[in-house]
Amino acid sequence: MNDQTLTPEERAANLKGMGCARKRVEDVRFTQGKGNYVDDIKLDGMLFGDFVRSPYAHARVVSVNKEAALALPGVIAVLTAEDLSPLGLHWMPTLAGDKQMVLADGKVLFQGQEVAFVVAEDRYIAADAVELVEVEYEELPVLTDPFEALKSDVVLREDLEGQTEGAHGPRKHHNHIFTWEQGDKDATEAVLAEADVVAEEMVYYHRTHPCPLETCGSVASMDKVTGKLTLYGTFQAPHAIRTVVSLISGLAEHNIRVISPDIGGGFGNKVGAYAGYVCSVVASIVTGKPVKWVEDRMENLMSTAFARDYWMQGKIAATKEGKITGLWCHTTADHGGFDACADPTKFPAGFMNICTGSYDIPTAYLAVDGVYTNKAPGGVAYRCSFRVTEAAYFIERMIEVLAIKLNMDAAELRRINFIKANQFPYQSALGWEYDSGDYHTAWDKALKAVDYDGLRADQAQRIEEFKAGKTRKLLGIGLTHFTEIVGAGPVKNCDILGLGMFDSCEIRIHPTGSAIARLGTISQGQGHATTFAQIIASEIGLPADDITLEEGDTDTAPYGLGTYGSRSTPVAGAATAMAARKIRAKAQMIAAYLLEVHDNDVEWDVDRFAVKGAPERFKTMKEIAFAAYNQAIPGLEPGLEAVSYYDPPNMTYPFGAYICVMEIDVDTGEWEVRQFYALDDCGTRINPMIIDGQVHGGVTEALAIAMGQEIAYDEMGNVKTGTLMDFFLPTAWETPNYITDYTVTPSPHHPIGAKGVGESPNVGGVPAFSNAVHDAFRPFGLVQSHMPHDHWRIWKIANGLGMHG
Amino acid sequence: MIPAGFEYHRPGDIASAIGILQEHGDEARVIAGGHSLIPMMKLRMAEMGHLVDLQAIEELKGIEIGPDTVTLGAMVTQHELITHDGLSAAIPLMREAALQIADPQVRYVGTVGGNVANGDPGNDMPGLMQCLNATFELSGPDGNRSVAARDFYEAAYFTAREDEEILTRISIRVPGSGVGQAYEKQKRKIGDYATAAAAVMVGNGTASVAMTNLADTPIWSGEASNALAGGDVDGCVSAMLDAIEPVEDNRGPVEFKKHVASVMLRRAITRAQSRAG
Ligand SMILES: Cc1cc2nc3c(=O)[nH]c(=O)nc-3n(C[C@H](O)[C@H](O)[C@H](O)COP(=O)(O)OP(=O)(O)OC[C@H]3O[C@@H](n4cnc5c(N)ncnc54)[C@H](O)[C@@H]3O)c2cc1C
Repeated sequence: MNDQTLTPEERAANLKGMGCARKRVEDVRFTQGKGNYVDDIKLDGMLFGDFVRSPYAHARVVSVNKEAALALPGVIAVLTAEDLSPLGLHWMPTLAGDKQMVLADGKVLFQGQEVAFVVAEDRYIAADAVELVEVEYEELPVLTDPFEALKSDVVLREDLEGQTEGAHGPRKHHNHIFTWEQGDKDATEAVLAEADVVAEEMVYYHRTHPCPLETCGSVASMDKVTGKLTLYGTFQAPHAIRTVVSLISGLAEHNIRVISPDIGGGFGNKVGAYAGYVCSVVASIVTGKPVKWVEDRMENLMSTAFARDYWMQGKIAATKEGKITGLWCHTTADHGGFDACADPTKFPAGFMNICTGSYDIPTAYLAVDGVYTNKAPGGVAYRCSFRVTEAAYFIERMIEVLAIKLNMDAAELRRINFIKANQFPYQSALGWEYDSGDYHTAWDKALKAVDYDGLRADQAQRIEEFKAGKTRKLLGIGLTHFTEIVGAGPVKNCDILGLGMFDSCEIRIHPTGSAIARLGTISQGQGHATTFAQIIASEIGLPADDITLEEGDTDTAPYGLGTYGSRSTPVAGAATAMAARKIRAKAQMIAAYLLEVHDNDVEWDVDRFAVKGAPERFKTMKEIAFAAYNQAIPGLEPGLEAVSYYDPPNMTYPFGAYICVMEIDVDTGEWEVRQFYALDDCGTRINPMIIDGQVHGGVTEALAIAMGQEIAYDEMGNVKTGTLMDFFLPTAWETPNYITDYTVTPSPHHPIGAKGVGESPNVGGVPAFSNAVHDAFRPFGLVQSHMPHDHWRIWKIANGLGMHG
Repeated sequence: MIPAGFEYHRPGDIASAIGILQEHGDEARVIAGGHSLIPMMKLRMAEMGHLVDLQAIEELKGIEIGPDTVTLGAMVTQHELITHDGLSAAIPLMREAALQIADPQVRYVGTVGGNVANGDPGNDMPGLMQCLNATFELSGPDGNRSVAARDFYEAAYFTAREDEEILTRISIRVPGSGVGQAYEKQKRKIGDYATAAAAVMVGNGTASVAMTNLADTPIWSGEASNALAGGDVDGCVSAMLDAIEPVEDNRGPVEFKKHVASVMLRRAITRAQSRAG
C-alpha cells in the first residue's frame, strides 16, 4: 500500500488510535482460556497455605493446639501469631494508618478472622489440617451496630486502650476511630436556621462487597540462594505492595519482585494488603519453598475488604423556589474491627466531600465519624473513587427528599441547582475545584432521550389504574445526575502510606517502528492493553496493533500507584501521552535532520513529520524509528524511548445523567427494569466500545447493590450472606438492556482531555435504581427507605403504606 | 470449600449399591447428580467415608409413559424432565416446574430422584410430587416398598427412606384431561430456591394444592384442596395459610412469606383454572 495515496483521515484510521472502537486485544487469550491468573501459577515444590478462621465475631483466643494438625502427613507447618511475632509480622499496618492482626493475637474481632495458617504439601491436605487445629475461644459481647458501639463499655481494640489520638486526630471513645470535618459548620447551621425549607433524612448505604470473580491469592517464592523474593498476587497496586513488603519485612526493595499476573476483576477488593499475602511470604521464608494461598468464595466475602456501610444523616436547605442554600451531613462510618479503609492518607473518609454533587451549593458542612465494630475490616472503593458512591447516593437521595418537601419535580429541582457551564473551574463549598462540566446540556439531552414528560404521563396514568384496582404494578422513574471525582491524585495532597499518587509510563520504540509500553498501573479487566496503545498510536503515529503493553511486573514496569479510583486514564494515561510526546519531540529533530531542514520547519501530520508547505517531503514515524537507531545524527543520542512520571495538577470530574424506569409489583416486591438510559461525559473518549462495556458492567454492579446485594450480619456477628446463593450477583437473566449515550466535555488539565469512566456507572447507577424504587412509591407517601431494595424490603414499603388492604 | 476425603464406589446395579450401603452403614451415602450433596460436603456439613455413585445403574434411568401412569427413574435428570415430549404432554406441570429449578447447568446433572430424596424443604420437586400424589419406590436390604409422596417427608432432611434404601422410581397417575395445572414460584434470582412456590391441579371436580419452602417439609393440604375442588378459592388460600409455617431468613420475614405464599397460590390457581377443560 502506498501511503502517499491515503488521505490523512485514512492514515489516522489505520492507526486505530483514540476514538476507534478497537476490539480488546486481551480477549484473544481470555476467550480461549489462556489467561494466567494467580491460581494458574505453579512452581516447583510449591506448598499450599490455608487459614483456620474464627467462627466468632468477638472472642478471646485462649489456646491454639496444633498437634493433631502437625501429625497429619503432608503438613509442613502451622503458624500462629506467636510464630510471627519474633519477626514483628503478627500485626501489619493498614492503608488507613491503623494496624491489623495478621493472625489472631489474643483475640478475634470479626467472624472469619485469620487465627492460624496451615502449610501443607497440597491444598487438600491443608484443608483437612485446618479442621484438626483446635482453638479454644472465650466468647465476648458482640457489637455490630456502630451507634451502639460508640456507647458501649465493651472495648473492641484493647491494643489501643488509652490512646486518645488516632491516625486522623482525637478519638472520642474507645470504639471511635476518627472524626473528619470539612466545610463551614457555623455558616451551614446558620443557613439551615434561616432557610425557607429544610429537608432532613437518614440515608443509609449498606455494607456490600466488590466480589470479583477471581478471589484474592498470592504465591510467594523466596530464593534462599539469591535472597530474592518473588511475590505473585492479586494486587491492584503491585509497586506499592513491593514498597510495603520491604518496609514491614525488612527485605531490601531491590530483592523483592512483585508480579500481578492477569487479574479477574478487582473493584477495590484487591487494593489492600491481606493476611494471606503476609503469611504466604513468611511461610516461604520459613520453608524455603514457594507457598500459594488462594481464598475461596466464602472467605472472600466474609474476610477481605467490604465496601460502603455509611449512615449519612443529612439536612438540605432551600428557598421556597427550590434554590439550594446549604447542605449538612453527619456520617457514621462502620469500619469493622480494624481501620483498613483504602483512602489517601489525608482523606480518612475518602472524597466523601464531593457530596455537594452536581449542584451549586454555596455553604456546606460534612463530618464523618469512623467506628470500630465486630465486622470485617475494609471500606474499599467498590468500583468508585474513594467513598464517591456514598457521596453521590447521599446527595441524589437528598435532592429527591427535598423535591418531596417542596412538592417539586425532581428533574426541575436538579436543573435549577446545577453548576452552570460558565462557572467552571468551580470551587465547591467542601474544597474541590471541579475541572469542567456542562450539566445542563447533558441533562436536557437525557430527559429528551427518554421522553421524560411522556414517562411522567405514563406514571400518572398508572397511578390512576392502580387506584382503580386495575393493576398491582407501580411505575418508578429514577433520576440521577452525578459528578465524580477521580484520578487521584496530585502528590501535594494525595498519598497512600506516604507514597505519592503519581503514575508512570515508559515507551520504547523498536527500530522497525513497533513499540512496547510499560505502565505503573495494572488492568483487572479494564482493557489497558487496548486503550493505552490507542493513546500512543494517536500521539506518535504508529499503529496501535504494533504496540505491546505490559503492566504488573515491578522488575520491568516503572513505579506507579496502581489501578483503582478510575485513576489509570487520568494519571497513567496522561503519563502515556506525555511520554509519547517526548518521543515525538525527539522524532521531530530526527525528521528535520533527515529532511535537511530546521527543526521548526517540519510539522506533525498524523503519522509523520512533513516539511511545512511541502507535504510531499516527509519522514514517517517508522522511518524515523529506524534512523533513530541506525543513523549517526549529530547532537542526538541513538535510540527512541521515553518515560514520564505524571503528577496530575488536579483530579478529573466525570459526570453523567442516568434514568431508570422500573415496574414494581406491590404484592411480591418483584421489580423489572423497563428502561435504563446512561449518559456519560468522561471527557475525551478513547475507545467507545470499551466505554460501553465499562458502563454495562458498572450499571450491572449498581443494579446488584441497589436491588439486593449486601453483607448482612446477625446480632451475633455471623455473616448471613456468605455465599453466592444469598449474596446477589446478577446473571444475564437479571441484567436489563442499557441504552448508552454521551456528551464530551474534555478535562482542561489532562494532556488528552480524558477523565476516566470505569466507575461512573456504579456511582450513577445505584442512586438511579434506588430513586426509581422511591419514585414509584412517592405518590403514596414514601420519603426514604434503605437499600438494598430486595423483594421483602420493597414489600415492606408497600405494606407500610397500607397497600395490602 | 474442599470436602474431606472419601472412598468412591460406582456399582452397576441396585443390589450392589445396597450391598455397599449395608457394608458401610452411616459411613456411606449415595450420590446422584451431586448438586445438593457436594456443596454440603464442601462446607463439611456432610462428611462420609464412602460415596456410592448411582450414575452407572441403568435400572434407575428412563421415563416411561403409560396410558394411566408415568414412571420416572430416580436418575432421570431435571433437564430430561424438560425436554421429554411425552412427559410434557402427559403432565405439563412437570416441565413447568422443572424449568423453575436452578439453572441449565444444574439441571443437566441434577436428578429428579436426588431432588425428592434430599429432603431439603427448598427443593421444588417434593411439593410437586405431593400435588401429583406420586408414589416413591424404594429398594432396600428387605426388598421393595412404595411410599406415597404425601407420607414421605418428616422434617428437614428427614424422610421415610431408611439409610440403606435407595429410591428407584417415581410413579405418577396421569391427571385426567380437563385438569388444569400450574406451578408458580417466586425467587430472588435465577438459581435461587423458592421464596414461596405453589403447585396446583384443578378440574373435573377435583383439586390438589401443595406449596414449597414454607415449612420444614413441603405442604400439601387436603383442606385447601377440597376447598378448591368446591370452587372456594378464598377458602383454599386460607386453609393453606393455616397449614404453612414459614420462618424468617434472608428471603424475608414471616409476614412477607405468608403474603407471597397467598399471591403465588392465587396466581397458580388462576392459571390452572384457565387451563382446566
Ligand atoms: C446453584 C443451585 C441452585 C439450585 N436451585 C434449586 C431450585 O431452585 N430448586 C430445586 O428444587 N433444587 C435446586 N437445586 C438443587 C438441585 O436441583 C439438585 O440437583 C437436587 O436437589 C439434588 O439432586 P442431585 O441429583 O443433584 O442429588 P445429590 O446431590 O446427588 O443427592 C442429594 C441427596 O439425595 C440423596 N439421594 C440422591 N439420589 C438418591 C436415590 N436415588 N435414593 C436415595 N437417596 C438419594 C443423596 O444421598 C443426598 O443426600 C439447586 C442446586 C444448586 C447447586
